[in-house]
Amino acid sequence: MAEYQSYSYDVLVIGAGGAGLRAAIEAASKGVKVGVVCKSLLGKAHTVMAEGGVAAALANVDDRDNWRVHFTDTMRGGQYLNNWRMAELHAKEAPDRVRELEAWGALFDRTKDGRILQRNFGGHRYPRLAHVGDRTGLEMIRTLQDHGIHTGMEVHMECTVLTLLIDSGRIAGAFGYDREKGHFILWKAKAVVLATGGIGRAFKITSNSWEYTGDGHALAYRAGAELKDMEFVQFHPTGMVWPPSVRGILVTEGVRGEGGVLRNSEGKRFMFDDIPDLYKAQTADSEAEGWRYCTGDKNARRPPELLTRDHVARCINREVKAGRGSPHGGVFLDIAWIKQHIPKSEEHIKRKLPSMYHQFKQLADIDITKEPMEVGPTTHYMMGGISVDGDSQMSTLPGLFAAGEVAAGLHGANRLGGNSLSDLIVFGQRAGEYAAQFAKEHPAAAIDESQIQSTAAKALEPFERGPAAENPYAIQYDLQEKMQELVGIVRVESEMEQALEVVAALRERAAHAGIAGHRQYNNGWHTAMDLDQLLTVSEAITRAALLRKESRGAQFRDDYPNKDPEWSKYNIVIRRGSQGEMIVERRPIPPIPTELLKIIEEFK
Amino acid sequence: MDAMFRIWRGDANGGKFVDYKTPVDPGMVVLDAVHRIQATQAPDMAVRWNCKAGKCGSCSAEINGTPKLMCMTRLNSLNLDMPVILEPMHTFPSIRDLVTDVSWNFEVKKKIKPFKPRKPDAPDGTWRMQQADIDRVQEFRKCIECFLCQDVCHVLREHRKFEGFIGPRYFVYAAALEMNPLDTEDRIPELRKQDGIGYCNITTCCRQVCPESITITENAIIPLKERVVDRYFDPLKKIFRIL
Repeated sequence: MAEYQSYSYDVLVIGAGGAGLRAAIEAASKGVKVGVVCKSLLGKAHTVMAEGGVAAALANVDDRDNWRVHFTDTMRGGQYLNNWRMAELHAKEAPDRVRELEAWGALFDRTKDGRILQRNFGGHRYPRLAHVGDRTGLEMIRTLQDHGIHTGMEVHMECTVLTLLIDSGRIAGAFGYDREKGHFILWKAKAVVLATGGIGRAFKITSNSWEYTGDGHALAYRAGAELKDMEFVQFHPTGMVWPPSVRGILVTEGVRGEGGVLRNSEGKRFMFDDIPDLYKAQTADSEAEGWRYCTGDKNARRPPELLTRDHVARCINREVKAGRGSPHGGVFLDIAWIKQHIPKSEEHIKRKLPSMYHQFKQLADIDITKEPMEVGPTTHYMMGGISVDGDSQMSTLPGLFAAGEVAAGLHGANRLGGNSLSDLIVFGQRAGEYAAQFAKEHPAAAIDESQIQSTAAKALEPFERGPAAENPYAIQYDLQEKMQELVGIVRVESEMEQALEVVAALRERAAHAGIAGHRQYNNGWHTAMDLDQLLTVSEAITRAALLRKESRGAQFRDDYPNKDPEWSKYNIVIRRGSQGEMIVERRPIPPIPTELLKIIEEFK
Repeated sequence: MDAMFRIWRGDANGGKFVDYKTPVDPGMVVLDAVHRIQATQAPDMAVRWNCKAGKCGSCSAEINGTPKLMCMTRLNSLNLDMPVILEPMHTFPSIRDLVTDVSWNFEVKKKIKPFKPRKPDAPDGTWRMQQADIDRVQEFRKCIECFLCQDVCHVLREHRKFEGFIGPRYFVYAAALEMNPLDTEDRIPELRKQDGIGYCNITTCCRQVCPESITITENAIIPLKERVVDRYFDPLKKIFRIL
């Protein structure tokens, strides 16, 4: 019998990035007992990596902006596969959530008249991103952390959840281990909010930190909740490509928002060559107009570098494949060129993009105020995730809620930059509120001791097999390598079929993974425990991508390169069958109400 | 090319340095080498890391005796003819290998009075602030809580003043609150007494190791010391108080 410590909460929040902390703050404000489990130390979650800003129609910089335009931009970006209710609530509530951060101590950059400054970003019609230089995510998580620690929530740092516990069809809690000692822990809870973020570590080239192993996706799936839109993985167009060890680290879209341009090895601004029809009317047709847009000219249209991420990533991919790439297999991103327009441009760039200046100087010996950067696509964000109710964020499993990247719906087939940070606070707040309500309305559920014991026994198996067995690090590297190669930015049926075989074979190897040493802070053990989650999400991504026989948003199929109007009517949902098999099916998108349709027509 | 890494392995009960030889490539940082060693030679080696981009402040360690982030220290900045010595931060209790128990820091933060804004300036509940008035606070808010400044501070490292002294990180935190134009709270009495700002003798060690280049000593600690002195040790004010 495995021993474990036991805690009991009304609401348990798993994940302490922006969404998790916002949910915990909200739940605590409703007077329920809140526990927070985080995989890292508090305040280190992946939210710190968000750079560009938080999208909210505050209309501080351009008074033509309002929630309707933001809603329309989000729907267009998502190619209309979005959960329209979430897109509506998000656009309406984001401004209040941003202002609330200021009331909790956040200090955004200011306009001349002292209000919150907003910047341009890809796919947003007006300057909409409240920001702090290029470290907006850090400002947000620190604000939530510093506010949250005074609300009575209990935080369990450096703990990983292995399984969700179920009692007659509803959530009962979670079971996992702490890294420091390697002890098992039971967290009983009336309601659980999953806010575990994304899945980037399933791919080799990624901007995501080690934690992003799809835990929430896999936990919810195994507990019986539905996943949705799993085929849509966003490849951010600009990650670092050199040196090799930093490949994938994000280069903020803010560089392009401030006037940075993309060039190929011939020095050509290739983005002007391929502007999709959906965006023609809003895109500049000359370099001069593009620059005017970046300097705030309201009559200018945006430069093509600020088209949606999926499109820019594919254009870069095309240039590289056509042999017009940079020396290390990317293209050039140049912000230094603005010296033609701005006196003291070096100071300007350092002030607007301090982290980028620092990052390139330190990691690549490049001074971005003087020379261009080399960039290429990097796995960045998971649009798909747990299928939730738009208002309450509850999944198809009663008592299980999800918010932030782990939840599906807001972003549809492609997310706009800046809509992630606003997603976290809008739906974190909602998930916290409704989880607290659920906890108040329901008694504590029963805990299944046998589920705990079988999970614990399985978790300890790698120690019994020992270091001579399969190396968990090697399995993870092999998975990342293959997912990148076979289910990456350009997809084709035969390769994805192959990927399914690879995942099955790796699952077999993972079942034989072994490790050395003891349970105390053993990174090898942690890696072995994460494999199960990574393999589950990899399979889900691949199966959904195979079923969607079209190219839309972040999914590009070489064998079906065009959009298929028929597919615009469906989301793909995934659930676990009674025999443990993965069931993948298409589900009609609920009809959009006429008043929202009118808004889309008006601002299209 | 191969390089040698001399890494401290052990826990609260003690430990020793173990040498690992590993191939290195151009552009690698120390954390890359540690990962390579972990994946090929020492799978159970404990290292704490997250973003690998200098933004989360998890992978703090002492590299050849200097507190640094492993993810931002490039191998070409080190002399690879000699073994690269990697140790956990000395100031905090060991958990295992390169990982230390930094929980004291989180407890300290809870004791500092939180942000308390003035009433909103506008009827819609928002405030007005000039960029020039928040520049200095934004510098402090760049802090990634890597605790390297705490690690190097001799008041903690040598004198073990974990009671009665909060360390440079929390002077920066307190300064960010005190200098926030909206804040109305008063933290000067605590800074003088239980936070122990007087123990700092401005040797600037903390500022020198800050990976975010925050001017900790000059911009945060000294102005706070001045506020304490103004409040409690101004001779003129003292006379007025007596009168």
